[in-house]
Amino acid sequence: MATFSQLRPFAKIRQIDWQRRIKAMLLPLIGITVFLLLWAAGATQIKTSLGTFPGPVQVAQQSVNLINEHHAEREKETAFYQRQQQRNAERVKVDPSYVAKTRAYTGKETFLDQIGTSLITVMSGFALAALIAIPLGITIGLSKSLHQALNPIIQVFKPVSPLAWLPLITMVVSALYVSPDPILAKSFVNSLLTVTLCCLWPMVINTAVGVSSINSDWVNVSKVLRLSPLKHVQKIVLPASIPAIFTGMRLSLGVAWMVLIAAEMLAQNPGLGKFVWDEFQNGSSSSLSRIMTAVIVIGLIGYLLDRSMLQLQRLSSWDKSSAQV
Amino acid sequence: MLNVSRTLVRTLALATALFSGVAAAAELGYPEKEELTFGFIKLTDMAPIAIAYEKGYFEDEGLYVTIEAQANWKVLLDGVIDGRLDGAHMLAGQPIAANIGYGTSAEIITPFSMDLNGNGITVSNDVWAKMKVNIPKQANGKPVHPIKADALKPVIEQFQDEGKPFKMGMVFPVSTHNYELRYWLAAGGIHPGYYAPHKGDTSGQLDAQALLSVTPPPQMPATLEAGTIYGYCVGEPWNQQAVFKNIGVPVVTDYEIWKNNPEKVFGITKAFAKKYPNTTIRLTRALIRAAMWLDENNNANRPEAVKILAQSNYVGADYDVIANSMTGTFEYEKGDKREVPDFNVFFRYNATYPYYSDAVWYLTQMRRWGQISEDKDDSWFEQVAKSVYRPDIYQAAAESLIKEKLATPEMFPDFDSEDGYRDPQTHFIDGIVYDGHQPNAYLQKFAIGLKAGQVL
Repeated sequence: MATFSQLRPFAKIRQIDWQRRIKAMLLPLIGITVFLLLWAAGATQIKTSLGTFPGPVQVAQQSVNLINEHHAEREKETAFYQRQQQRNAERVKVDPSYVAKTRAYTGKETFLDQIGTSLITVMSGFALAALIAIPLGITIGLSKSLHQALNPIIQVFKPVSPLAWLPLITMVVSALYVSPDPILAKSFVNSLLTVTLCCLWPMVINTAVGVSSINSDWVNVSKVLRLSPLKHVQKIVLPASIPAIFTGMRLSLGVAWMVLIAAEMLAQNPGLGKFVWDEFQNGSSSSLSRIMTAVIVIGLIGYLLDRSMLQLQRLSSWDKSSAQV
Repeated sequence: MLNVSRTLVRTLALATALFSGVAAAAELGYPEKEELTFGFIKLTDMAPIAIAYEKGYFEDEGLYVTIEAQANWKVLLDGVIDGRLDGAHMLAGQPIAANIGYGTSAEIITPFSMDLNGNGITVSNDVWAKMKVNIPKQANGKPVHPIKADALKPVIEQFQDEGKPFKMGMVFPVSTHNYELRYWLAAGGIHPGYYAPHKGDTSGQLDAQALLSVTPPPQMPATLEAGTIYGYCVGEPWNQQAVFKNIGVPVVTDYEIWKNNPEKVFGITKAFAKKYPNTTIRLTRALIRAAMWLDENNNANRPEAVKILAQSNYVGADYDVIANSMTGTFEYEKGDKREVPDFNVFFRYNATYPYYSDAVWYLTQMRRWGQISEDKDDSWFEQVAKSVYRPDIYQAAAESLIKEKLATPEMFPDFDSEDGYRDPQTHFIDGIVYDGHQPNAYLQKFAIGLKAGQVL
């Protein structure tokens, strides 16, 4: 009997666990279903000059279309390289001094290509910003006087929409980045710098706050042990401020993704934003559902980016309370 | 067995085709620059570029071309100037204005004129309802065409009485559309306003009864729908789109304003042509072949062309919308579809030959509306035209095509006797005759517009 009564609470816990799991599965499902139903019903009510607003069905169809288009384009690409090879071979026959060269495919970018471009852009811009912002944030956090000196500048630049910077960036890049055969396309550099600019501030501020609010006991320990400044940063500052740094990074990445799409739309730089704008300009009967598909993909990617940052934060930090959803 | 032999035949045919191309290439010289990027605006008259790509004419020349849609005409022009683009589909006025330093200053030339006609003027449904009462009817109850701006004049006066400015859209200050819209309005006694760049006024609305402003082509229908403008002049498919979307009515085509008027050109920088002479001739050859294909057998290829243009990376509008004008018809008021076989001309009537007189006409309009603020003598007009329009490059491209039997001499002007000036043209909506040799005398004929000696 004793054993049975001992087991009982566990059984109860298991039961609760199951209930919770079912709830955790079911409730989001219900949420999504209700949303889809509302969307489908609402969409039919909106008549635009390009036809009715796209519902979930149209978006699903368009997703298939977009993937098919991608495959069709890849086939064209293969044919393009074959033709080129043949042409090169013919030319070498006539003109033996000719060094055959393979030129990149000149066809259009598909939806999937644009997703890739946007992801690469946002990650590179983000990485560049982290390289600048984290050391800067640590230095500011360590030195009160530096903090006071730089704070007004940071406070003024922080609220500026990076889109306002875009025209300036475009002009400056055009003026400074002159090369007959650039490794990185100008449009890519423009998007990247825009992303960097908007990633910078949340990371600098959060890092600085994290560093300056380190437990004073630890700082004292460091003093007692007479750690060199470098060791102090390595052993005390970094581990202690990692949660704050990651919070800043997560904030930055979320903003960066939003800004990138807008910048691509505005400047017609390759990426998902350009896809959306091109479709809007096309004004064909399928344009709206293609845009809606892009909107959903943009949302999903933004969500996944945030989740992966969160996962990284969990892996690298023991302070679980700051790493919750 | 049959399959194998068929494949063999095909391979042989391909090989001979390739070989003949290569052999000819040796004669003409290989292109110095093979990887090119061309810009365009989403309009059906970019067709020669799309066709030259899709039909492999660029590749036949050993050119590997990337084609990129541009956001608006300004971005496109800047792209060509700063080298991001090697060449582009341009408004005829753009290279000319760049050369005389109006707006952006740069040396841009054109070896290839892209098309004739292809534009229309559309007004909102509300304005059309008010205009319609002033338009005489045919026996079948449909309005008599061409509709003149006389019918719009009372509407504008009514707007003015109510204190509302009458706003219309065009695509760029030096666009064909700006000049066409102004021409049509002025022919109906409506003043479209002057530019006064020497006083810093580039709005073009001095003394204006109709206020014209810039809107990029694909945004026209949306801007009209939003009520920001009451009408616009734009290329296709953006007039037909208004009909399909039921938001406006095209009232007149540019074919009716000036029969077979030159429209877009292909623009490259002078430096590009100088640095890459073979590439320049080769790209011109590819474009000429594309234009020939577009007009071949009485427009027989047009449905296929429409299918290509409807792709989302080119114009992207629906097949039906593009086909409405590209296949020889034009739909005015919904249901009033009329035959306009020459609505889009890509090759007939020497459409692709860069005539000096076409450039001179654009210069006369720039002078007429004050964009050129001071008097210029006739020889200045000729000199500017000759520095922008380059029939010599066109001729070299055409002659090499003839040599390779890809074209025949009758398809082109007689190069030996051609002086680059079309005969005096009489097909304007106001009946005024244009002679490219006498631009100043031409300017004297207009009731509205600056004349010799006039400065604002």
